[in-house]
Amino acid sequence: MSVTTAPELHWSKTRREPGWLTKFFDNKAVLVVACLLPAFGLLGVFLTYPLGLGIYMAFTDTTIGRSGVWVGLENFEYLFTDPIFWNAVFFSVFYTGIATIGKFGLGLWLALLLNQHMPFKSLIRAIILLPWIVPTVLSAIAFWWIYDPQFSIISYVFVDVLGWRETNINFLGSEWPARFSLIVANVWRGIPFVAISLLAGLQTISPSLYEAALLDGATAWQRFRFITFPMLLPILAIVMTFSIIFTFTDFQLVYAITRGGPVNSTHLLATLAFQRGIPGGQLGEGAAIAVSMIPFLVFATLFSYFALARRKWQQGEGND
Amino acid sequence: MTFNITRRLIGGLGAGMIAGQAGAQTIAAANVPAPRLPLESGATLRVLRPVRFVQPDEEVFRANAARFTAATGVQVRVDFVAWEDITQQTGVTANTGAGPDIIIGFNEAPHVFQDKLIELTDVAEYLGAKYGGWKQLAQKYGKRHNSNNWIGLPFGASGGPLVWRKSAVNEAGFERPPEDHAGMLRLCQALRRNNKPAGFALGNAVGDGNGFANWVIWSHGGFLVNEDGTPGINSRETVAALNWLREFYATFIPGTLAWGDISNNRAYASNELFLTSNGVSLYFALKNDPATAPIAADTEHTLLPRGLARTSPMAGLTLNSMVFRHSRFPNAAKAFLAFMLEAPQYDPWLQANLGYWAQPLNAYNASATWTGDPKVAIFKDTMDSDFWLGFKGPISEGSAAANADYVMVQMCASVASGQATPEAAAREAERRAARFFRRR
Repeated sequence: MSVTTAPELHWSKTRREPGWLTKFFDNKAVLVVACLLPAFGLLGVFLTYPLGLGIYMAFTDTTIGRSGVWVGLENFEYLFTDPIFWNAVFFSVFYTGIATIGKFGLGLWLALLLNQHMPFKSLIRAIILLPWIVPTVLSAIAFWWIYDPQFSIISYVFVDVLGWRETNINFLGSEWPARFSLIVANVWRGIPFVAISLLAGLQTISPSLYEAALLDGATAWQRFRFITFPMLLPILAIVMTFSIIFTFTDFQLVYAITRGGPVNSTHLLATLAFQRGIPGGQLGEGAAIAVSMIPFLVFATLFSYFALARRKWQQGEGND
Repeated sequence: MTFNITRRLIGGLGAGMIAGQAGAQTIAAANVPAPRLPLESGATLRVLRPVRFVQPDEEVFRANAARFTAATGVQVRVDFVAWEDITQQTGVTANTGAGPDIIIGFNEAPHVFQDKLIELTDVAEYLGAKYGGWKQLAQKYGKRHNSNNWIGLPFGASGGPLVWRKSAVNEAGFERPPEDHAGMLRLCQALRRNNKPAGFALGNAVGDGNGFANWVIWSHGGFLVNEDGTPGINSRETVAALNWLREFYATFIPGTLAWGDISNNRAYASNELFLTSNGVSLYFALKNDPATAPIAADTEHTLLPRGLARTSPMAGLTLNSMVFRHSRFPNAAKAFLAFMLEAPQYDPWLQANLGYWAQPLNAYNASATWTGDPKVAIFKDTMDSDFWLGFKGPISEGSAAANADYVMVQMCASVASGQATPEAAAREAERRAARFFRRR
């Protein structure tokens, strides 16, 4: 006889008490900290610390040879009496203003052209991007040759080929020509970024809007003014913010072409901060110049956001 | 500054170096007992120096260091860094108290970091006694201000004298550039009339621009800083210099206000510029390129005209070595520097540099470096100069800052371009100098 005593089956598994480690890692607060820590660490070490150190140094008289002492606003007090500093402030604002207008005027125009149907569209778009892809220092050196007092290709064409001029053009020898030469170089370099970004914006505009407008008998200008432009404004605001920041903090073009000359007329705040801080060794004063860029950048960013991006985009809500 | 190195040149150098090693005995050395420097046991050294001008510089320097290791058993590691980085790396080394035992920096570096350095007086006095004495510029950059205590041992200097086309200067009616301002002006006016103009950098060119501006002021008896470190630029001499510059600038090739360090090299090499100031690199670049060799053959060097000064007003870029207090092997470090400056090592190194660097010690005037190419010979006097950056003040970080901020260049450029009167430009320079040379 066999007695089969079936073992009592427990179909519900006993729940094991979780270990302390598991509990620890299941804790939501711990998880939040653990996941954010690397990001905070990276931001803290590579962003906040240098920025904080820079701001701190602006209030000291640190030089490359010696860690400085706290001098309060002394650096700023000196800078505010320094015509070279004010000249750099002026040129930074002027350079950013004129170059941004140039870049957006030409960039928008280029984007509208590229938005048309044409043969080899993608190839042309790729070529347009070239000035943006080339490292700035290389294009700066190219412009440096173009503007050279002795070996400029433009002077060569006008003097030796066409015979329209007797002497070489002095692009960089006096203040206003030098300033505009730099702005032209910056516009040339900045157009592709604007054009390609705006082109992306243009392509999100629904063709049906244009069809409706055509049926209503809208002219090309009216279609641009009442469809393209408003629909483009949000992306325009973002691109403009970036563009202003890039232009205002530009360094390479000016440093490679004029080093701030002639007689300081083309110093940007960035190049002046570098010249005083690193080759000149006056780290405190260099940091003060760099820190004084911050209000301008904050203002430019706020302006772009509040003045241009107020309209709701494709939400069907009112315009304001 | 540019330089081309050809294979032939390097081949020639190899031969020159062998000859040099044999010829090192031609350097007169007095019989002076070496300072007693008992080497620390287990000593090792780290040396940091700027990168080479020419490849053989690095090769011979490393070979010399290897000979020191062979002679003493002290391991030496030599690192080469870019010129524009050496000051920052020196600053970090000084402030952290860690890193190389020896740094060969530029010009004022030992004076900026003097609290972090050990004195090198015993080694310096030994070398000076043995090799005919230290040259003027070496003493200025080597010794602590107003004392005979050495904190740096200069290794050499690179100067920028006048570079001119013999044919053009002769055509203008001069045998060679005259030593006085009126004569220089007449020469350059004649060059301009003959459409073979002179030109000097007045843009933000660290080497050439500062070199020219300093010469204009110094040769008229002006100076940036007084002996006590207060600004002395706003003087009658400065105004006279700037007035003269206004006339002198009118003879220049157009565009010099925009010139960087390399612009005069290019213009000279393309037969557009016939008189300028530059380092020896321009001559070698011309000589080594068959296309421009005729220009090199027609090129002469002379020291910048003295004007009212006793010696040619030029402050060559000086290599200046220092030993840090944090070094655990100070005797080994001092012994290394002395070893490198002794004739069997220094003379081949000097020759390997072809004249890019000129010696700080008088005995090396007899080096074969200066007998090879007569056109290079005048560079041997580079360190026989009464002038230094920040003349006449104590050497300090202020002189480096004023140099990097182009105070002198822009004073000259603003007058030359007509933006400022000489008086206003001198006042502006005084304002800027007051900032850089303020007491801290």
